Amino acid sequence: MAVEQPEQETAIKSERVVEESPLRRTEDLLLNMGPQHPATHGVLRVILELEGEKVLKATPDLGFLHRGVEKLAENETYNQIIPHTDRLDYVCSMTNNFAYVRAVEKLLDLKIPERAEFIRTIIAETQRIVGHLFWLGTQALDIGAMTMFFWTFREREVLLDLFEQLCGARLTTNYYRIGGVDSDLTPEIITRLRKFLHHFPAAIEEYEALLANNRIWLARTKNVAVISAEDAINFGLTGPVLRGSGVMYDIRKAEPYAAYDRVEWDVPLGKHGDTYDRYWVRMQEMRQSARIIRQCLDKLPQGPILSENAAGVVLPPKEKVMHDMESLIHHFIIVTHGVRVPKGEVYVGTEVPKGELGFYIVSDGTTKPYRLKIRSPSFVNMGAFDHMARGYLISDVVTIFGTYDVVMGECDR
Amino acid sequence: MHSIAEKIKERFPDEFVEAREHRGQLAVMVKKGRIVEICRFLHDDQDLAFNHITDVTAVDYPNDEERFEVVYHFYSIPKNQRIRLKARVREEDCAIDSVSGIWQGANFMERETYDLMGIRFNGHPDLRRILLTDDFDGHPLRKDYPVEGRGWRNTFEFLPKSEEVEK
Repeated sequence: MAVEQPEQETAIKSERVVEESPLRRTEDLLLNMGPQHPATHGVLRVILELEGEKVLKATPDLGFLHRGVEKLAENETYNQIIPHTDRLDYVCSMTNNFAYVRAVEKLLDLKIPERAEFIRTIIAETQRIVGHLFWLGTQALDIGAMTMFFWTFREREVLLDLFEQLCGARLTTNYYRIGGVDSDLTPEIITRLRKFLHHFPAAIEEYEALLANNRIWLARTKNVAVISAEDAINFGLTGPVLRGSGVMYDIRKAEPYAAYDRVEWDVPLGKHGDTYDRYWVRMQEMRQSARIIRQCLDKLPQGPILSENAAGVVLPPKEKVMHDMESLIHHFIIVTHGVRVPKGEVYVGTEVPKGELGFYIVSDGTTKPYRLKIRSPSFVNMGAFDHMARGYLISDVVTIFGTYDVVMGECDR
Repeated sequence: MHSIAEKIKERFPDEFVEAREHRGQLAVMVKKGRIVEICRFLHDDQDLAFNHITDVTAVDYPNDEERFEVVYHFYSIPKNQRIRLKARVREEDCAIDSVSGIWQGANFMERETYDLMGIRFNGHPDLRRILLTDDFDGHPLRKDYPVEGRGWRNTFEFLPKSEEVEK
């Protein structure tokens, strides 16, 4: 015999009994969110203290993806570390490579050829668009807008194919080299990139048509997870999360590197510091990135893509290795021993899609770093999580992960 | 000497140890005793205004008398300048005062330094391990922590230990 669903009346009756009972009590609920939760963007666990649906306290529990990259790096040569940086923020590996090689080049005091600087800028900005498209698709998906996910991945796919043609990989690209880049932009890649840039502004407008006036999107993002400019600075936030609160800090402007000071572009700033403003900042950043790429393609100079006259640091070209004794020796030394980096220490911060990715390298004069510290934006941003989640609902917690654009590979290292 | 370093030396003559510039980056070494006061000065002074904390970390020098070097990186958004502040800590008294009262962002950074390097931060609101599990043994970024041989494999009696295999 089938079990009949109890009458609704009894349920109401029992509730009434509870209300009259002197035993009625309220208590805060402790809820585990993650580590296996589709909206946490990886393996992140948050312990929520709740009063009803309201968050009283949120304690992030990190480290599920800790692989000890800093310890690994102490036992590997400078060139061998580049592939490890791919796997920090695996959504934006190009900019991670860039941040790392910049730190090593600063230690070596190496000059980069003009063409390589422009290619680096173009690829870093392309990666920024890829990263922001990924963020937009997943955050919209978290909030319930499935279509966005398909639309942004349509454009992202075009750029990933381009990366594949450029360096043979789509995600873990390992493209930047100490002293330049691995391979040159071919005319075909430039044509494809220009074609993409031609269509891209219309695509952004398409995204905005779906979201900017969408009542659900506005209700879920406006006045959610507000952080003031003072607090954002005090927590050490960087990137779009900081600029969403209206703080003008972009390393590309503050300490220009590569070709950023040779092109015209603006830094978009938010006003209220809520999730919507951070969304708006990222949308504008995509437009600015497209602007930077277009100008860089127009100004792209001819020349080498790897530093010359940097014997013992940069691998000599293969033709030379085959015919020149000196080059063969350098090639052999770099591959078997590694690059010898002079004693010293540097900190170099680079503006990656998520914020400031910094590498602090202490060199003792050997071919391996004595200490390598990665300052990852996702980790520092997670420090402000409790502050931003308090007082909002559980459903808003999901959007806060999204608004940080958190990638756990980088957060846990 | 760099003007920022001179300012720190002028204000804290007894605490100042040395200032170095390498590749255009300023690093100031101070004694650890009054680190919070020095940081408060860096944060509040009008000309310095280091309102943004970039990073807190530590470096291990096992052969030195004062073994650990705690390294702070600060950035000033209004002045667009950076500083690297360093303080040495002994192994026997492996602790330094927490600066999380000045920059809230230091909270996670100090927890990470405690977790991986084993330096305690006095006055920290919530000093627990952050990346490793609570029952983890040791602090892996110390130079004397073995790179291999402390894994799951070593818990099996019948398998040769990795250090024995090497011999």
